[in-house]
Amino acid sequence: MTAVDAQTLPQDEAHDRAAAITSRAYFGALMRDRVAFVSAIFLGLLLIAALGADLLAPYEPNQANLRARFVPPLGTARDGGFHLLGTDELGRDLFSRLMHGARVSMSIGLLGALCSGIVGITLGVLAGFYRGLLEDVLMRAVDGMMALPSLLIALFILFVIGPGFGNLILIFTLLHWMVFARMARSLTLNHQQHTYITAARAIGGSDRRIILTHLLPNMISPLIVLFTLEIAVLILSEASLSFLGFGVQAPQSSWGLMIARGREYISSAWWLVVMPGAAIFLTALALNLVAAWARAITDPVQRWRWLTPPRRNSQPIDDED
Amino acid sequence: MPYLLRRFMQSLLLLFVLISFVFVVGRIIGDPALIMLGTSASETALDQLRENLGLNQPIWQQYLVFLGDLVQGDFGVSFRYGFSMMPSDALRAEGTPVLPIVLSRLPATFLLAGTALVLAFSLAVVLGCLAAMYPRSWIDNLVNVISLASVSVVQFWLGLILIIVFSVQLGLLPTGGYGSWQHLILPALTLAARPLGRISQVVRSAMLDELSKPYIAAARAKGVPEWRVVFVHALKNASIPIVTITGDELSQLLTGAMLVETVFAWPGIGLLLIDSLGRRDLPMVQAGICVVAALVILVNLAVDFAYTVLNPRIEMDNRGGRA
Repeated sequence: MTAVDAQTLPQDEAHDRAAAITSRAYFGALMRDRVAFVSAIFLGLLLIAALGADLLAPYEPNQANLRARFVPPLGTARDGGFHLLGTDELGRDLFSRLMHGARVSMSIGLLGALCSGIVGITLGVLAGFYRGLLEDVLMRAVDGMMALPSLLIALFILFVIGPGFGNLILIFTLLHWMVFARMARSLTLNHQQHTYITAARAIGGSDRRIILTHLLPNMISPLIVLFTLEIAVLILSEASLSFLGFGVQAPQSSWGLMIARGREYISSAWWLVVMPGAAIFLTALALNLVAAWARAITDPVQRWRWLTPPRRNSQPIDDED
Repeated sequence: MPYLLRRFMQSLLLLFVLISFVFVVGRIIGDPALIMLGTSASETALDQLRENLGLNQPIWQQYLVFLGDLVQGDFGVSFRYGFSMMPSDALRAEGTPVLPIVLSRLPATFLLAGTALVLAFSLAVVLGCLAAMYPRSWIDNLVNVISLASVSVVQFWLGLILIIVFSVQLGLLPTGGYGSWQHLILPALTLAARPLGRISQVVRSAMLDELSKPYIAAARAKGVPEWRVVFVHALKNASIPIVTITGDELSQLLTGAMLVETVFAWPGIGLLLIDSLGRRDLPMVQAGICVVAALVILVNLAVDFAYTVLNPRIEMDNRGGRA
């Protein structure tokens, strides 16, 4: 789209301009896909809420207030306090607790995906780059581990080493690196056949240089899509483990733990179960939608439909896979 | 059948690795005596237990004993099964062998997982086919929404929502337990949600592929009724990806049942496992994990077998993984 302009401009300026147009085009594409746009906004707000929970939360999350027990959503307590999502059995404001819980749930999702991503991508790239025995062993391990029930194994390890935030991250790294390794390996195999890698090698680039400055930057977009999806998967897993009592422990609180606590009051205070679960659901949904958008826009075959402004009678939104 | 034989050997190897893993985590990373008695136990009690369980022997000897016992189906004796909450189990004393107890819970889990799978599979095939027949219609959108929602929802939360609506508010169905068909409805629905979304999406895309092929046009041209073209001609040829995803989902169901059984107090193997984890009953936990993992591995093997029946070319290819 900028190729014609670029020829008449000096190199740097052309580059800057191409970059500017691309980022504007990406933003425009995001604006046009209303579902992905709303999802991105939701995730942004969630991030702000999680990071700024101390400043933004209307109430202290662990402040018990016995005059405000079991206030329903949109209700006002006897002491006059308004509670958007109601209060729990100790009169703690559910909305404030959700904001603080977002911090735990989101950071477990992000950190877990980051750690398993780093391990998996490193191993996958090395396997794809050097082939041989390393690749054989690694891919067998990946196949084997993917065939095992991961929730069960996570539970067993946590049962032995004890629950907690750090152990959760450790477990998720141990049980989720395979997805990244599998994809990184196949991407590496794929890219190695390209001429630019041969060229880099011909001018004497070291393995390290080829991997870090040539291979990885070109593989990054599908890996980011996978990363986004993994965050959603990990948030759900964390909720399940915390629900069963093997995840986050009190006084820390995550959304999954809040559901587990609310379960006791299911017949009288439904919002204690519904709200944290809805938070998980919306977050995972938004992550999935943004990932679907990112996949479409980074796919060269589909990209043009998104980056070019829509014409009359043409649908830019097409999610065929 | 070299391919299937090799897959079988791979499955055995995987099972062996898993059992060794259970041993390593339980015995080497963790201290079984400490796991079972808790950190508050006295040193003499811990020593006593170590003596009884043979934990003073060298680790390789323990490993051989462990493997030898497993081969004979001896997973050890339960530690505190007498405290179980299930009424039918309450009278049994401590020291019961764990394997029969674990196996006695299998039918309940099979009933639940089987019902959920049948429910999800039949609905998913119908929805997926309709979505492929009418692309961009409301039913196509519905399939998209279901599949997106199903990967975003936490299963146990869905179960709790169903309890709130159908048991607490409407009072139509029991909140949990086991016995009549009414007890089965809510857990099976909860468990079916995820496979429904995943399978219907795969059915849809596989059917879209098939329906664009020439033989479909030929069938239509010679006047075969449309329902027959879709549900007989195309569906048969689209069955390979559908069988794969269904097998994957079945092994997911076996572990997903753990959470759903906990929510609905459904006395399957999952509830037993969670209860045993809570009671720190290590032998029971180990037996439960090994049995569930063996089932999952068996399901994967069965899927590969179904594969070679559906697509004889795989046998010829003689490849290690699934095509």
